Amino acid sequence: MTEPEKKSWWQRLSGGLRRTSASLGGALSDLVTRRRLDSAMLDEIEEALIRADLGVTAAARIAAAVGEGRYDKDVAPEDVKAIVAAEVEKSLAPCAHPLATDTAKPFVILVTGVNGSGKTTTIGKLAAKFSAEGKKVLLAAGDTFRAAAIDQLRIWGARTGATVIAREPGSDAASLAFEAVTAAKSENADILLIDTAGRLQNKTELMDELEKIVRVMKKVEPDAPHAVLLVLDATVGQNALSQLEVFRKIAGVTGLVMTKLDGTARGGILVALAEKFRLPIHFIGVGEGVDDLQPFSAKDFARAVAGME
Amino acid sequence: MFDTLSERLGGILDRLTRRGALSAADVDEALREVRRALLEADVALDVARAFIDRVRERAVGADVIKSVTPGQMVVKIVHDELVTTLGSDAQVIDLNAPAPVAIMMVGLQGSGKTTTTAKLAKRLTALNNKKTLMASLDTRRPAAMEQLAVLGRQVEIDTLPIVQGQTPPQIARRALEAGRLGGYDIVLLDTAGRITLDEAMMAEAADVKNAAQPHEVLLVADSLTGQDAVNLARAFDERVGLTGIVLTRVDGDGRGGAALSMRAVTGKPIKLIGTGEKMDALETFDPARIAGRILGMGDIVSLVEKAAANIDAEKMQRAAERMRKGAFDLTDLREQLTQMQKLGGMSGLMGMIPGVAKMKAQMASANLDDTLLKRQCAIIDSMTPQERRNPDILKASRKKRIAAGAGTTPEQINKLLKMHRTMADMMKAMGGGKRGPMAGLANALGMGGGLGGGMPSAEEMAKMAEQMKGGGAGGLPPTMPGLPPNFPGLPGGKMPGLGGLPGLPGFGKKK
Repeated sequence: MTEPEKKSWWQRLSGGLRRTSASLGGALSDLVTRRRLDSAMLDEIEEALIRADLGVTAAARIAAAVGEGRYDKDVAPEDVKAIVAAEVEKSLAPCAHPLATDTAKPFVILVTGVNGSGKTTTIGKLAAKFSAEGKKVLLAAGDTFRAAAIDQLRIWGARTGATVIAREPGSDAASLAFEAVTAAKSENADILLIDTAGRLQNKTELMDELEKIVRVMKKVEPDAPHAVLLVLDATVGQNALSQLEVFRKIAGVTGLVMTKLDGTARGGILVALAEKFRLPIHFIGVGEGVDDLQPFSAKDFARAVAGME
Repeated sequence: MFDTLSERLGGILDRLTRRGALSAADVDEALREVRRALLEADVALDVARAFIDRVRERAVGADVIKSVTPGQMVVKIVHDELVTTLGSDAQVIDLNAPAPVAIMMVGLQGSGKTTTTAKLAKRLTALNNKKTLMASLDTRRPAAMEQLAVLGRQVEIDTLPIVQGQTPPQIARRALEAGRLGGYDIVLLDTAGRITLDEAMMAEAADVKNAAQPHEVLLVADSLTGQDAVNLARAFDERVGLTGIVLTRVDGDGRGGAALSMRAVTGKPIKLIGTGEKMDALETFDPARIAGRILGMGDIVSLVEKAAANIDAEKMQRAAERMRKGAFDLTDLREQLTQMQKLGGMSGLMGMIPGVAKMKAQMASANLDDTLLKRQCAIIDSMTPQERRNPDILKASRKKRIAAGAGTTPEQINKLLKMHRTMADMMKAMGGGKRGPMAGLANALGMGGGLGGGMPSAEEMAKMAEQMKGGGAGGLPPTMPGLPPNFPGLPGGKMPGLGGLPGLPGFGKKK
């Protein structure tokens, strides 16, 4: 990666997480200024972390780590932030893996998630990214349920120059996936991105359909899908734990994408997810632009969460 | 949506109620756990803290009532505070303004605004008998306007023709003009959702508000939202001024903390909840009922209401008549199965009955989900009319044919036939009296004294609620079966409390 690109990515992330940092960082500075590190202060650190959606368990662990060896000592706000950032990074670092797409051709990526998490938009951005890398990209409009989802994907196809495989609304998503994988093979595509309809993880029949999509495409390509991405909306709270658990069980999720990280306080749930599931976090979406989907960096993310600017 | 929270709170409070005397330390410990449960349910930290403080304050100062354990007292206080936090009364969409009444929908992208707009339009048209026009002001997301147009065709609601290149306030004015000229009662404005809660988005929403002067401004918010819910609600309320909140994806297994938080922070009522992907899955939000659900007390009142709205009274009467005569054939059984599906299927029905959260898991593992109902319908559908009237003629070769037609095995058909026979026998045995079992069922479903009456009276509702509260164990009033006797499709005995007569006696909260 070149230097200016790196910088702009960092700016974007810290810009996107600005409010997270502002609330969390602000809270941390307030409470640490000219004070001894006592149990009341550790409680407040824990609460600041809970407010960032880290969840009770992760927040308690990190607060405890902050207290370790520093109890009853004077501490500067910057130190606390650095310690929090280091702890957050420790949780996230094992999960920062880029998505390698050169292990198979066509490399089939199935994109899943609950309704409104940003699947179709993420596919559009991924298509733009892969096309820019000179790869031949195929899109499959597997969201045959939501009104106009197919049109939305077609617009992305036109923008990125990717071929879109689609059928009428309401048709069977699994047979569309079958057709798409077949087409990707015959057209010698590098990447096939398959959209799916949004589904809540507690809807048995919809999860069965997802399982069928996965099963059916294996008939064409036994290794497919090579990657199954779960797209999570950054506003999501502790329910993300349940989402990942079920989607991983049913569809074999291999990695995460977190979208909409450019809003207000959010993003901490990734720490809880990383601690519990240890699945790779491939990308984060920090804006509406096509190139606002960026590879995930544990260090930058952790620093932004802790409010180190 | 509230399952996990309700399970947790139920567990914590259960331990408390079993204790005789309660020390301040006991209360503190229980409240710490309540706090953690609330936080894990995504209740905003400040809201959870304030909630706990209020409960503690009231618990300490509470008078001890004779024959009530201190633990039960705390349960009562937690329940009352939940209701207070959620807002005390159910509030509906206010349409009391000169037509066309403008209703503006705001929210983040992906919260479900467009779908909710279509659901609301359908609801207002069907329930309030209003002529409704929908307009999409989302000029940003690809195909957003088409999405509303497609949904409009689905629910048969007019949408404003799309004119490319107009700004949102221009579209809003055009929509209201079209509303006036077209004689519409209501104009629904679906605004653009943005990913970022930013100044440009707020300014645009404020512009639209100025242009349209909407009577209602509804924030559409995802019930799966985390701690950010409060920022979101507060920001929209400050800049645009909300009149209410619509909570979507309540049918997910999220724990619903967002509901508590947003209501507490903005003071604006939650008016509607989205409970499914179907276009009629939009319900009024009743805080008292939801609080009851959080505490695992079930939601009997909403079961009754839902049943009353869905079940065709006439069909019920016909079925009751036939059953009384002892003629209950497979066509009737098919009817029963369909009615159950309308009520939201097994899981929908179960969710409304107290104390079944745990059983739900058992049901899932026993594969007792809605597919079972569907399969049984398929079997009956694969029979000839003659076979449905007279199942006795079903021999091996016919069964084989039906199994092939329904995509199942002859064993499944035998199971269904056995179930039907048991039910028919039961009906015959019970049907002697003037008011057969179905009369009781119809009664419970709100059809009044005679079949085909109206909604249950306020007194009846109150009585029912009283029975539910006072009952504690076995909280279901005996007239509340809501289901045909010997609930179809459930293997007798395997499920605690299911099967047997009348209805579901075992469904009460276990003590």
